[in-house]
Amino acid sequence: MTDKEIAKIQFGLDSFGDIPVDEDGKLFTHAEAIRQVVKEAVLADKLGIDVIALGEHHRPDFSISSPETVLAGIATVTKNIKLASGVTVLSSDDPVRVFERFSTLDALSNGRAQVILGRGSFTESFPLFGYEMTDYETLFEEKIELFSKLLKEEPVTWEGTMRAPLVDADVFPKTESGHLQTMVGVGGSPQSVVRAAHYGFPLMLAIIGGSPDRFVPYIDLYKRAAKEFGTEAHPVGMHSPGFIADTDKEARDIAWPAHKANFDRIGKTRGWTPMKRDHFIDEVENGSLYIGSVETVAQKIAKAIKTLKVERFDLVYGGGPMAASARLKMVQLYGEKVIPRVREILAEK
Amino acid sequence: MSESIKTIGIIGAGKVSIVLAQLAIKAGYKVLIAGSGDPQKIALTVSVLVPGAEALTSAEVAEQSDLVILAIPLGRYKELPKHELKGRLVIDAMNYWWEIDGDRPDLTGSDISSSEVVQQFLSEARVVKAFNHIGYHDLHNETRPIGSPDRKGIAIAGDNSEDVKEVAEVVNTLGFDPLVIGKLSDGSKLQPGGAVFGSHVNAETLKQMIDNFVIIE
Repeated sequence: MTDKEIAKIQFGLDSFGDIPVDEDGKLFTHAEAIRQVVKEAVLADKLGIDVIALGEHHRPDFSISSPETVLAGIATVTKNIKLASGVTVLSSDDPVRVFERFSTLDALSNGRAQVILGRGSFTESFPLFGYEMTDYETLFEEKIELFSKLLKEEPVTWEGTMRAPLVDADVFPKTESGHLQTMVGVGGSPQSVVRAAHYGFPLMLAIIGGSPDRFVPYIDLYKRAAKEFGTEAHPVGMHSPGFIADTDKEARDIAWPAHKANFDRIGKTRGWTPMKRDHFIDEVENGSLYIGSVETVAQKIAKAIKTLKVERFDLVYGGGPMAASARLKMVQLYGEKVIPRVREILAEK
Repeated sequence: MSESIKTIGIIGAGKVSIVLAQLAIKAGYKVLIAGSGDPQKIALTVSVLVPGAEALTSAEVAEQSDLVILAIPLGRYKELPKHELKGRLVIDAMNYWWEIDGDRPDLTGSDISSSEVVQQFLSEARVVKAFNHIGYHDLHNETRPIGSPDRKGIAIAGDNSEDVKEVAEVVNTLGFDPLVIGKLSDGSKLQPGGAVFGSHVNAETLKQMIDNFVIIE
């Protein structure tokens, strides 16, 4: 890749506010877990990491239910890092309020806010906010349409079936740039890829299992669909889970129990069989777990970037009950060593 | 490849359907796919993700295929083209998924497997359960030629041994070792919460997991 192409690539860190443990293995409270994310974001900003993305969940194992509130806290103590949601569950939210909250975040952060809209892979928010699961498709379809209109930052007239109509509704605060950065997060549903292209939103792929090359045709689909709709096909980004430590062994030893605890707890509600160690190792070696030493993880990230030609890579870090100190060290290694090493590898002929 | 099965139809155009369609094309079958409603809505998706496959309505897919794989959200099974599926060999790859289907006591009764519910609705089709217990990205990544030491297993449940045999051959052709586990009612062992849901292991391990499974409440 050319220097110019490499310079364009953005590196991010993503968190759902997993609950870390202290040195004695005791779980943090939700409040402590949120403050831990702020601490990690401040470090990431100092290290020059491009973006931090926080995802919305409404369950005990993830502390962040209101990403933009945590991001607002981060906004006031950081300088350069972009502040993204990952994702905002638009289906069970109000597009007007989403715009208002993120344009407020944009003001607080001097234009660093970024909304990543998605349907989410969890659905706790539906009963919580009084939505029907059977309206899943319609809710997202209607709300993304309304949101795309709100982004023009002009009075909006809109009518749908899932929300009260709007007549010449003007929404504030306006952003200084006139454009609130918005992307769509997609887990691999072809319809979602086509929808992102339809509205001309950049695509962020959540690649959480299997080898990333199977997404190559999805990126092609995004581009072809954009062409068909006459919208702009933006650069594509990806996010995948991982963990970095001094050696491969140390990284695996720390990540395995945390990852298994996370997977099995979620799997219990979904009826999955418990995760086996060889499945974990297979994901580390051939799939979408970026776990290992600086060199191992850098090689794997560089390979994914080259294969998919993405312009953004976000590492979902600290999954499961992991020591807070190990997480902080991981952020350090990612910013200080992995990212520069990935750029180096990409520059190799 | 089976003599009698040349065209595989897939009803559903989501993640699982696309992967199954890709595998079927790779294995040399003619592949027809239906999403919900107008085939035009999925035409581009199909042409990019599954070159060679054809997008049609679900009724057309049912009529023109030698075997039809069902991969729509289970909660919508009553939208299946019952009439056109009459007499056809059908693979039920669907699962009850509360996050998509919502609360559906009719699909979660402990005395009946979800494939039996589907069979009751498609009373004149020949329903066999397969491909439901393995995740779609494992389905995509784990195909191996016959005889490979690291080949993974796919469990099959069905009432008619001839139908089960035909499905087993398709499973084999697509790149997995078929493991026949019993009748359609035994399909509950393959469902979410069952012995092997989410598993991608070899056929022998799959069998052990099913044999040794104890429900822990």
